Amino acid sequence: MVGVPAALHIGLVWIPATLTVILSFTEWDNLAPLSDIRDVGFRNYWFIFTVFEGDLFGALFNNFVLIFWLTICSAIGMLFAYLLDKNIRGSRFYQSVYYFPVVLSLAVVGFIWKSTMFSRDRGLLNTLWPGGPIDFVGDGTKIFSFDLPFLDPALGLSKNFAALLVAMAWRHIGYIMVMYLAGLKAVDQALREAAAIDGCNEWQAFRRVIFPSLKPINVIVVVITAIEALRAYDIIAALNEPRGTDVMGTLVTKSLLGEGGGRVGFGSAYGVVMLLLCLGFIIWYVINHYRESEL
Amino acid sequence: MTKTANRLQSLRDSSLSRRNFVIGSGAAAVGGATLLAACGDDDEAAPAATTTAAPATTAAPTTTAAAETGVGTTTLGSNYSDEKPRNALAAAVAATGVDTIINTIDHNTYQENFNTYIQQPDDVVAWFAGYRMRAFASKGVVGDISDVWDNLPGMSDGFRSAASGLDGKQYFVPLYFYPWAVHYRKSVFADNGYSIPTTWDEFKALCDTMAADGITPLCAANDGRWPQMGMFDMLNMRINGYDFHVSLMGGRENWEDARVQNIFSTWEEILPYYQPDPNGRTWQDAANALGDKSAGMYLIGTFLTSNFDGDTQADIIDDIDFFLFPEVDPAYGQDAIEAPIDGFMMAAEPANEEGAKALLAGLGSVAAIDAYLSVDPSVVAANSNADTSGYNALQKKSAEAVSSAKFISQFLDRDTDPDFAANVAGVGIADFLATPGNIGTILADVEAKKQTYTFE
Repeated sequence: MVGVPAALHIGLVWIPATLTVILSFTEWDNLAPLSDIRDVGFRNYWFIFTVFEGDLFGALFNNFVLIFWLTICSAIGMLFAYLLDKNIRGSRFYQSVYYFPVVLSLAVVGFIWKSTMFSRDRGLLNTLWPGGPIDFVGDGTKIFSFDLPFLDPALGLSKNFAALLVAMAWRHIGYIMVMYLAGLKAVDQALREAAAIDGCNEWQAFRRVIFPSLKPINVIVVVITAIEALRAYDIIAALNEPRGTDVMGTLVTKSLLGEGGGRVGFGSAYGVVMLLLCLGFIIWYVINHYRESEL
Repeated sequence: MTKTANRLQSLRDSSLSRRNFVIGSGAAAVGGATLLAACGDDDEAAPAATTTAAPATTAAPTTTAAAETGVGTTTLGSNYSDEKPRNALAAAVAATGVDTIINTIDHNTYQENFNTYIQQPDDVVAWFAGYRMRAFASKGVVGDISDVWDNLPGMSDGFRSAASGLDGKQYFVPLYFYPWAVHYRKSVFADNGYSIPTTWDEFKALCDTMAADGITPLCAANDGRWPQMGMFDMLNMRINGYDFHVSLMGGRENWEDARVQNIFSTWEEILPYYQPDPNGRTWQDAANALGDKSAGMYLIGTFLTSNFDGDTQADIIDDIDFFLFPEVDPAYGQDAIEAPIDGFMMAAEPANEEGAKALLAGLGSVAAIDAYLSVDPSVVAANSNADTSGYNALQKKSAEAVSSAKFISQFLDRDTDPDFAANVAGVGIADFLATPGNIGTILADVEAKKQTYTFE
C-alpha cells in the first residue's frame, strides 16, 4: 500500500526535480524541438553568479530576511496561542480575528494589501500616514544596506519588501497560533497542576514544562517557517513583483514564465540553488532533531 | 480594446498559471514528442470548437466568398476566448467563405503554452505582430505567406513591414490594432486655453503651464513594469528613429551608446512633470487622475477608456481625446507610432495549405473585419478600406493616425526577446524612474545582461 504513494512521490517530485537539475546545465527555449537542446555546462550558473549576481544575491538576502522575520512571527503566534489558551474573555473572537487571514491564499492577501492598504493614491495606510504619501509598493530604496567584499551590488532591505513583510506577518502569525493552540490543548492538565504545586512561576512553568511538551509542534513549526520563507512567491507575484522584492521563487518563474518562457536553463539554475537551500536546511534540521531525541 | 484587456489580464494572471507552465515543460521533457502530440490533440478537442460552413452565419455581407469555397476545410487556432471576440471572430471567418474549424483556447493558456502549441498547431493560428512573430518565422515554425500579401488591398506599408520577418517575407496577416498616444481631456484643454503640442519644446512648455495651473501634467504608472515601456519606445523612435529602435530591440546595439543615454537624458527633462512615484502605481490608478482632472495628459494605449464605466462615466469617455507624441528630432518628425497589432500566422506545414492561405487572405479582407466590427466594435480595423461608419471619434482618429504612420512599432515586450524585456529592460526603466541619476550604472547593467541573450 505504501508503494502507490511512493511511486507518485517519485514520479511527481523526484523525477521533475532531477530533470530541473539536468535542464539547468542546458540551453533550451522551450520552443525548438527537444533535440535542439544544447549542453552548456556550468554557463547558466556562471551567468547567475556573475552578471545576474545583483538579482541572485538580492533574492537570497530577502529569503534570509524572511527566515528571520517569520521566526519572530512564529514566536508571536506562540505567545498569542498561549494567551488565548487561558480562556480569557472573548478568546473565540480573538481566535477568529487572528485566524481569518489564514483562510485567504497569500495571492488574495497580496491583492488586499496592494489595493486597499498600500496603494499610494487610495490606500488606507497612506490615508492614515502622517506626512506625505509613501509609495509602499514601488519604493525600492533600501532601509539599510551593507557591502560584501566579494559582491558588487550592496545588499539590503528595501522599503517595499519591509511593507511586504507586514502583509506576510498578518497571515503567518495566525497560522502558527492555530497550530500552537491545538498543541496546547493536548498538554496534560496534570503537568500544569504539578508545576503550580511545585511553585513554578508562569515563565518557569512555560519554559520548563509546557514548551518542552510541545516538542512535536515545535518541529513542525520550525520546518514550516523555514520552508515558507524559502519558497515565498505568491504574495510577491500578486503584487506584480515590485522592485527590490525578488526572492528565489520569483527568479525561477520569471525565467520560465510567460508568452516566451524562453530561458528554461536559467530558471532551472535558479531552481537548483533554491532546491539545495531547502534540502540543506531540512537535512541539517532533521539530523539534529533525531540526534537529540536519541540521547 | 478587448484584446488589450485580455493582454493586461494575462499579465496579471500570469502568476496563477506559472505552475501549469512549469509542469508542462517538465512533461515535455519526459515524454518528448508523444506528449507534445497529446497536447495537440487536446487543442483539437477543445470544447469551444465550432464549425463555420461557408457564408452561413449572420454577418457575412458581400464577398468574393463563392469563388473561394473550393479549397476544402481548414483549421484555425484562436485565443479569442471571451464571448464577444469569439463571436466576432466566428463572424469574420464566416465572411471569408472558407470552411473552417475554429479551436478556441483560453487566452492565458494559449499565450503561455504557445511555444509547445506551435509545434503541433492548427493550419492558421492567432498571434501578435512583432519580434515574437519574427522569432517564430526565423525558426521555421510558421509559414511564408508572401503570396497572400500580393493580394491584400487596403493594407498600408506600415502593416506590411509589421507583418514581415527578418528575411523580408511576410508571415502575418493583421486584423486590428490599438495605438498608444498622449491622451487628454478636451474640456481641460478648452477651459484653460491649452493647445496641442507638436514639438518637444511645446510639450515641455505645456507641462510648465499645467504645473503652474495646479494640474499634474503627466499621469505616470509603472506597476508591472510595462506601462513606462511605452514612453521609452516613443522617445527612442522620436530621438533615434524607428530603424535604430528595431536594431536596439534586436540586440544589435550597445545600451551604453550615447544614443541610448540621450533617450534617458531627454526623458529626465519631463520626469519633474510626472505624478510622483510611478513604480507603485497601476495604470488604472493613473487613469483615475485623468478622470478627476487632477492630471492633464497620459501616454497610454487607447484601452484607457475601458477604465471608465460606459454607463456612469460616459461623460469622461466622451471627453477623452489624444494627440500623437510630439516631435523631438525633426529628422524623424512624428513618423512612427506604437500600435500593437493582433492577427494571424500560418503553420509551417498546414494540413490544407490552400485552405489556410485562402482563410488568411479572407481574414485580411474588408469583409472579414467589417463582420468582426459588427459584433465587437471596440477595436480599430487594420484594413484601411474597412467600414468606419460605426466608429466613434477615438476609433476614427486611431485609424487615421496609424494609416498615416510610416512606421508602426508593437511594444517593447513584443518587439524584443520577452524575457529580456521583462527581466532586464523593464527593470532598468523602473530603476531609472526611481533613481534617474544612476542611469550610467543602470545601462551598464542592462548591457552586461543583454550579452547573455542570443536574440535568435
